[in-house]
Amino acid sequence: MNFNNIITEIEKIDPEVYDRLDNRRNAMQQFARIGGKLALTAIPLALGGMFKKAYAGGGGTMPGIVDVLNFALTLEYLEAEFYNVGTATSGLITDSRVMSGFMTIRDHENEHVAFLTATIKALGGTPVAKPTFDFTAGGAFSDVFSNADTFYAVSQTFEDTGVRAYKGQAGNLISSNEVLTAALQIHSVEARHASFVRSLRSIRMNWDESIRPWITGNSTSGIGAAVQATYAGEENTNQLGIEITNINGFDISWDDASEAFDEPLSMEAILTIVDPFIVS
Amino acid sequence: MQQKNRIPEPVTEQMPATNYLPGRRNFLAKLTGAAALTAVAAACNKETNFGNGANLLSANDQRLAAGKAISMGEGDIAVLNYAYLLEQLEATFYTMVVSNFFSGISNYNRMRFMQIRDHEIAHREFFKNALSTMAIPEIEFDFSMVDFSSRDSVVTYSKTFEDTGVAAYNGAGKYLKNPDYLLAAGKIVSVEARHASFLRSLDAPTSFAANDVVDMNGLDVAKSPLQIVKIVAPFIKTPMDFSKLPG
Repeated sequence: MNFNNIITEIEKIDPEVYDRLDNRRNAMQQFARIGGKLALTAIPLALGGMFKKAYAGGGGTMPGIVDVLNFALTLEYLEAEFYNVGTATSGLITDSRVMSGFMTIRDHENEHVAFLTATIKALGGTPVAKPTFDFTAGGAFSDVFSNADTFYAVSQTFEDTGVRAYKGQAGNLISSNEVLTAALQIHSVEARHASFVRSLRSIRMNWDESIRPWITGNSTSGIGAAVQATYAGEENTNQLGIEITNINGFDISWDDASEAFDEPLSMEAILTIVDPFIVS
Repeated sequence: MQQKNRIPEPVTEQMPATNYLPGRRNFLAKLTGAAALTAVAAACNKETNFGNGANLLSANDQRLAAGKAISMGEGDIAVLNYAYLLEQLEATFYTMVVSNFFSGISNYNRMRFMQIRDHEIAHREFFKNALSTMAIPEIEFDFSMVDFSSRDSVVTYSKTFEDTGVAAYNGAGKYLKNPDYLLAAGKIVSVEARHASFLRSLDAPTSFAANDVVDMNGLDVAKSPLQIVKIVAPFIKTPMDFSKLPG
C-alpha cells in the first residue's frame, strides 16, 4: 500500500486534506507511524478513521462534508431510479425527442450517484445505501408511471428540489474547494434539467405562460398543493437586504425579481419534501 | 386535456414555439457567431492571439501600462466585480436583442428573451448596489460581431453567454470567502443555467445539457475568472485590469 498515492488521490478532491488531519505539519510522519505499527490489513481501517475524524464535522452545528455528500447521494438515488423506471416504462414517454431528453437526464442522475459514491469513499466515508422508493408518494401521484403529465410534474418537482438542496448546502462545503466546485457543477446541471422539464410542461399546456423555465413566485405551475413545499420561499425578492423589484428605477416586476434568484432550502426542509417518496 | 406527449408542430418562428423539434439549421450562419467565440477561446487557451482578441488585449495592455485600466479590487470584492462585469455584459446584450428583435420571432420566445433581459438587469443592479462604492463603473461593450437581425446569430451568442456565465459562477464559487456572497452567487447561477437550457433548446432540441457542457461525471463546466475574462475580452471595450483576479 502506497500512502503517498492515497494522499495524492485525496488531495485531488480536497487540497486541504493535510490541514484537516490532526497533526497538520507531520501528516506524513503520522502515516508512517501507523504503517509501522499496524498489520497491513488494518491500514485502510486506520486511514478511514483518521479521515473520518478530519471530515466528520460531527458535534458542531454544521454537517460535515461527508454528511452533505450522503444527503446529496440520497436525492440522486431518488432521481436516478425515478428516471430509470420512467424511461423503461413502455407507453409512458412516447415521443422520441422527449425520450431523448429524459434519457439525458437519467444518465446524468446515474452519473451523479456514481460520482458522489466515489467521492464519499475517497474521503473515507461510507456511502448511504439506496433507499426503497415509492414514486406515487403514498398515492398522491398514483399514475406517475402511466400518465406522462404526472411523470413530468414529479420530474419538475424533483429537479427544482434538487437545485434548492445543493444551493442550501454550498455554505457547508466552503471549507473544501474541490467538493464545493463539484457540488456547484451538479447544481447547475439540475437547473438545466428543471428548465427543460418546465418548458416541456408549458408546451403540453398549450404554451401556458404561467409555466416558465424559471420559477415565478412560489407557484407550483399547476402541479398543486402536494408539491407546494418545494416552492416555499421562492417568492423572496430581497437579496442581501437589497430589494430587487424595480431596483434602481428599472422596470423589474415582482415576477422578474422572484425569477431572477433561485432560493435555497435547508437539509431538513428537503428531507421533509422527499420523505413521502421514501419507504425505507 | 392535451393528448399524451403532444409535441408542437414543426417549429417556425411564426408559431409559438420552443423547440423540441429539429429545425432546419443554417450551419454557416451559426458558425459566424460560434466560430468567433470558439476561435477566441481556443486562441486564449493556446496563449496565442489573433483577430479581435489580439487588438483588444494589446490596447488593454497599453492602457494597463499607462495605469488607466479599471481595477477590479481584491479578494471577494474582485470576484463580485467580476460577476458584476459579466452581468453588465449580459444585460447590455439582451437589451440590444429586445430593442430590435430579429424578424419572425414568436410571441413565446419574445416573452422569454424579455424575461431573460429583466433577470440580467436585476442581477447587474443587485451587484451594483451590493458593491456600492467598491463597484466598477459601467463598462462599455462591443457587440459588433453579433448580427441582431439574425435568429441564428442571436441564439448562438445568447446560449454561449449563458453557458459562459454558468461556467464562470461554478468556477468562481471557491474563491468567495464570505458564505453570504457564495449563496447569492448560487442563487444566480441556477437561473443562468435555466436560461442556458432554454436557449440551447432554441438551437437544437434536447441539447439543454448536452455533452459539450456536461461531462462524464454529470458535472457542468467550471472555469476560473482568468479563463473567463479571456473568453469575454473581445466584447469589452473599456480597459480593465484583471491582474488581481484569481485562477
